[in-house]
Amino acid sequence: MTHAGTTEGLPSFSHGVHPEEHKGATESLPIERMPFVSHYVLPLAQHIGRPSKCIVRPGQHVQRGERIADPNGFVSTALHAPVTGTVEAVELRPHPNGKLAESIVIAIDAFASQEMQEPQKPEGGAGGPNGSSRIDGFVRRVQEAGIVGLGGAAFPSHVKLQVPEGKKVTTVVLNGCECEPYLTCDHRVMLEDADKVVRGMRLIMQQLGAAHGYIGVERNKSDAIETLRAALSQNDSQNDSQKGSIEIIALQVKYPQGAEKMLIDAVLHERVPAGGLPLDLEIVVHNVATASAIADMVENDTPLIERVITVTGDGVRRPANVVVPLGTPIAAVLEHCGGLKPEARQVILGGPMMGVAQKELDVPVVKGTSGILALTQPQRVVGEQPCIRCGRCLDACPMFLNPARLAQLVRNERAEGLLSHHVMSCFECASCSFVCPSHIPLVHLIRVGKAMARKVAVP
Amino acid sequence: MAKSANKLEIATSPFAHDGLSTRRVMFEVVLATLPLLAAATYFFGITALVVVAVTVTGCVAAEWALGSAQPRGRSLTDGSAVLTGLLLGLTLPPAIPLWMAFLGGLMAIGLGKAIFGGLGQNPFNPALVGRAFLQAAFPIVMTTWSAPLDWSADEPGFFNISPSTLAPPLMRSSVDVVSSASPLGLAKFEGELTEATSLLWGQTAGSLGETAAVLLIIIGLWLGFRRLFDWRLPVATLLSVTVFSGALYLIDGTAYPSPVFMLLSGGLLFGSVFMVTDPVTTPITAKGAWIFGIGTGFLVVLIRVFGGLPEGVMYAILLMNSVTPLIERYTQPKPFGYQKPKPETPSSTSPKGASSK
Repeated sequence: MTHAGTTEGLPSFSHGVHPEEHKGATESLPIERMPFVSHYVLPLAQHIGRPSKCIVRPGQHVQRGERIADPNGFVSTALHAPVTGTVEAVELRPHPNGKLAESIVIAIDAFASQEMQEPQKPEGGAGGPNGSSRIDGFVRRVQEAGIVGLGGAAFPSHVKLQVPEGKKVTTVVLNGCECEPYLTCDHRVMLEDADKVVRGMRLIMQQLGAAHGYIGVERNKSDAIETLRAALSQNDSQNDSQKGSIEIIALQVKYPQGAEKMLIDAVLHERVPAGGLPLDLEIVVHNVATASAIADMVENDTPLIERVITVTGDGVRRPANVVVPLGTPIAAVLEHCGGLKPEARQVILGGPMMGVAQKELDVPVVKGTSGILALTQPQRVVGEQPCIRCGRCLDACPMFLNPARLAQLVRNERAEGLLSHHVMSCFECASCSFVCPSHIPLVHLIRVGKAMARKVAVP
Repeated sequence: MAKSANKLEIATSPFAHDGLSTRRVMFEVVLATLPLLAAATYFFGITALVVVAVTVTGCVAAEWALGSAQPRGRSLTDGSAVLTGLLLGLTLPPAIPLWMAFLGGLMAIGLGKAIFGGLGQNPFNPALVGRAFLQAAFPIVMTTWSAPLDWSADEPGFFNISPSTLAPPLMRSSVDVVSSASPLGLAKFEGELTEATSLLWGQTAGSLGETAAVLLIIIGLWLGFRRLFDWRLPVATLLSVTVFSGALYLIDGTAYPSPVFMLLSGGLLFGSVFMVTDPVTTPITAKGAWIFGIGTGFLVVLIRVFGGLPEGVMYAILLMNSVTPLIERYTQPKPFGYQKPKPETPSSTSPKGASSK
């Protein structure tokens, strides 16, 4: 609540909640680099869409930055070796989502220099004279660099860099909200790599032909807002021929402002149609860290082999913001941060609102991992009380749904009712569960309800 | 990789909560009734405390006795039975025989809540169900008001409890106090209007908790500020009473009471702060809350002005309770970005798009 009071009057979306921020432990810590460990586990499914197609065999030597899995279709992306070493196995391993997933296991070559692989010429000749093939080249490069949305959803970024036939994009919005409590990785990226974020933004706008760009940042990161503004004016002065305007928008501190539709409402005061996409309003949203990764790809030919994560919570000895090679087991990352305290009782990948609790620490950091949160006092499942119909969940829901009613419909297994109450509009931000005084697991029930509704909606 | 020494708990998100509990909501509303109880004691003497203690006992006893009839078992700890008892007690006339008050408490929880399945399941406001039962069973007692204590007298009678209050059950059906007409009764049957200042400070005859308008307004603002109820419900109710009674007053200022009198007299403020705002029995949707409040206000004016009874707040709320499910059905929220079918969103360069087709 610390900043919430001071940000009233700034733009935001309707409804939403104000969880305690808990960002103080890491927001002023510079990003540090995680040393290499002995083994890396790379699930082929690290993004939304079809899993990547493995192109290496056990025993094969791979170099850092070398492609080890190909995209399998358009909504899919490539995967690269985060270290130089030997493929030890391609087998089922625990995935942060709680299931077993086909993964490439790489044992590091302790004597290798860990130089990045020489940039390869993209196949198919990017940058041909034909304008459209040049654009396709950029989209393919992003796909082959394995870049996905780094805010947490891990949607393949190149899909949102391709303007579909008959559509156009006028506006790009970068998401610098980082509205999840505890997490500060995007904050640090904006502070330390502001110019790279701005350059990435330019590349995205250029690719999409967008004339307007906005970077939405919550007011509790005022240093990032200033740094970005400075980087922007410097970037403008160096390249005065650039087309399109970019503006940094300071936003109220409110959860879940980082959700695409909420961010667009906050920044542009436009509402994406229910069931629609930002593209319907000629808008595309990317995360600030994604923009930075895209700039990296273009300027240094670096594929996505590492990411910044926040390691925090009262259960970890030394909270930090860390650049971690993908595939690093979270046990090793926690070890790097001084280890878990003996009284730590819960380890969550992501933030406390939408993250996933882990039973074991052998799961790897994947592209969508934004943080490791260790807590000593987990949110107890306290005795659920009957719904008193107080309506707090309706006032919290950013999608204007009726969570209390949805939960009731789920318990009565009324799938048609769920559909007519727009259950599929829910993106599971958990604001309803957060405010429910009766401690009803509303978002959990609604997740179940979405599965129920899908069953009746599909056939 | 070595397994963690920590025994980790898993659960589904979220792993955070704003800390409010149902019990806390009940507790804060209970707390909000205490100043009213103090005021009632000041106005009507120690008998006010005794009556409220008895209704609370009746409610808690019913909750305890009928606990097994409720799917979740008895829920004495959530504070809802205590709150119902307090609210019922504060709506009763000061001189009510205690056995009736106790019966009212039993009925409020038994008939008003437990038989529907307990907390959150009841369609009607339990305290008002208890009161409606008493009104139907003991109409004379329920409309016999005693005048507030006169603190300037030598013997204000603070500790007086009339013999009928302590009468054994079923033996007497009248009360032996110096009865006094309530402001609404005076207005309806004598055509006599009570001064606004008396209404504001509570120096009038009436139910225990309903007389002190200023106190009720302060409590209402406090509960609204703490977001312990949906502010739309009381605001809509009071606005509705103002509009409908104001319209009548403009038509004929001599035949109809002024909106100020309507707002400050009887149980309207008490009902607006504590009964209309009961979340269980009122619409959960924002639009529904407005409709509920407007309907309640309309019925209050209708019953008070054109009905046979001087007061109509209780029946107005109970009637609106009965249409709450209907109101909700037609006021479900539209999701974010909901659009009525209409042509494409206007874009800056639509001619270009059109020509390409």
